Amino acid sequence: MAKRIDVSGLTAYYSAHKAIEDISMTVEPRSVTAFIGPSGCGKSTFLRTLNRMHEVTPGGRVEGKVLLDDEDLYGNGIDPVAVRRTIGMVFQRPNPFPTMSIFDNVAAGLKLNGSYKKSELSDVVERSLKGANLWNEVKDRLNKPGSGLSGGQQQRLCIARAIAVEPQVLLMDEPCSALDPISTLAIEDLIGELKERFTIVIVTHNMQQAARVSDRTAFFNLSAVGQPGRLIEIDDTERIFSNPSVQATEDYISGRFG
Amino acid sequence: MDISTQSTEAPPPAPRSSGASQKRATRGATRPGDRVFLALSRGSGILLLVIMAAIAVFLTYRASLALSKNEGNFLTTFEWNTNVLPPVFGIAVLAFGTVVSAVIAMALAVPVAVGIALFITHYAPRRLGGPIAYVIDLLAAVPSIVYGLWGAIVLVPHLNGLFGWLDHYFGWTGIFTWQGGAPRSMLTVGILLAVMILPIITNVSREVFRQAPQMHQEAALALGATRWEVIRMSVLPFGRSGVISASMLGLGRALGETMAVATVLSPSFDIQASLLDPGGGTFAQNIASKFNEATVFGQDALIASGLVLFIITLLVNGAARYIINRRKEYSGANA
Repeated sequence: MAKRIDVSGLTAYYSAHKAIEDISMTVEPRSVTAFIGPSGCGKSTFLRTLNRMHEVTPGGRVEGKVLLDDEDLYGNGIDPVAVRRTIGMVFQRPNPFPTMSIFDNVAAGLKLNGSYKKSELSDVVERSLKGANLWNEVKDRLNKPGSGLSGGQQQRLCIARAIAVEPQVLLMDEPCSALDPISTLAIEDLIGELKERFTIVIVTHNMQQAARVSDRTAFFNLSAVGQPGRLIEIDDTERIFSNPSVQATEDYISGRFG
Repeated sequence: MDISTQSTEAPPPAPRSSGASQKRATRGATRPGDRVFLALSRGSGILLLVIMAAIAVFLTYRASLALSKNEGNFLTTFEWNTNVLPPVFGIAVLAFGTVVSAVIAMALAVPVAVGIALFITHYAPRRLGGPIAYVIDLLAAVPSIVYGLWGAIVLVPHLNGLFGWLDHYFGWTGIFTWQGGAPRSMLTVGILLAVMILPIITNVSREVFRQAPQMHQEAALALGATRWEVIRMSVLPFGRSGVISASMLGLGRALGETMAVATVLSPSFDIQASLLDPGGGTFAQNIASKFNEATVFGQDALIASGLVLFIITLLVNGAARYIINRRKEYSGANA
């Protein structure tokens, strides 16, 4: 189910602008890796290179290697569509398809993959909604539109949609930043459960959240505005928050910048 | 928050009842600019209603003068004789021709327009999309008589081949048989109308597709959707009501188009079973070609037919509104 990600020498551009430079790291399977760092340091950009969403942005371009187990996602003949089916993504703002019911939202990915049986479909939808801790709240209104749910419920619906296709990796781009504290807590609990089955990478601006949910933490920074973002260090979360090996990390975590 | 939800459900009365004291606070200082603007906008609103009512009264009155003396059944008669005593006239041929030509035009134009709009917004590189959009805008500005001339001089002579082909392969359907007359038939009108309504449908659809939320497109992409699947899952559902509105604008033009139809059609007061045989007519074309020589009574009769066109347009718009509202719950607006 869950695979390891090995990134080496990854650089990403927006047209001529270099957004991140020379990033190498390993993301362990069945673990949660958090990306922290100031705004504009390229952590979201980096996250989007991991499922080839970066190149969707006009001018977006990537150099370097991303290995999923032993397969280079940027290798010749690799279909980005197939990559995105293997590596799921949850976004900052909950984005269920407004024209689809709750059921259809969860089933959307499966229907894309083509081969499914009607009976299987409702099983998978139920399992995914249970997996996203949303089943009890929506089981009586599966045919209602997903946009009628609260923000936190919508985000869990998006997680259910992402895990319905059984991806190897789940990328989360600030999944709680648009949510209230109670919904945030629900998502954080869910992340703790999901890491039993998936490799999870989460971008967050909330350092307490990184400390609460992640096993490993990567700190990104940029030397000046307009300069590319770099990976400063990646280590066990406990160590990053207690005794980081780079001074810049400690400054950022303790609120001293520069 | 409270006000906004109320105002979406029942626009004018709700805000008035809610927060009367707040209203008073803003109204208390009646600045001259506010008063002038209120008077102007209220006056415009009332003027619109007055004009509409005046038109309706005028049409109904003149129509009733003609209808009261009509010896034929107004809805089913295949004749238009207003200069004989007793007069006999009916709209069956006109209603048939108007609806059929508009339906052909829609069937041809809407898929192409949606395709062009999607190409401009989601497939074409920006260098190419801009110029194409500009050319489409230009097409919308061409006067209808120019389309009519083009239709009569260029389109009609070139349709012989198409008509022969349709007759050969699809003649068995009954609606594509061709007896070899000049290709100035309902299909010709439909094709010409399709070209004419293409720009408006394309432009409105393009604007709607352009506004399709990035976040829903990314949601589809992240699930492993191909570009077409992204469009199917997020862009088309979002644009659906917009495309319907665009089509209704086009349909409105097709139903009411006068000069272009009059230029390419060989009119007659009968209904052709085949779309390829010349003959038939539309409301607007019939009014345009008969109005100048009509007696006062003949004008009244033509006005009665115009009233029917007006009602058909109203029904079409109502149907469109119903389709758009039926799935409002699922529209992108509340996301």
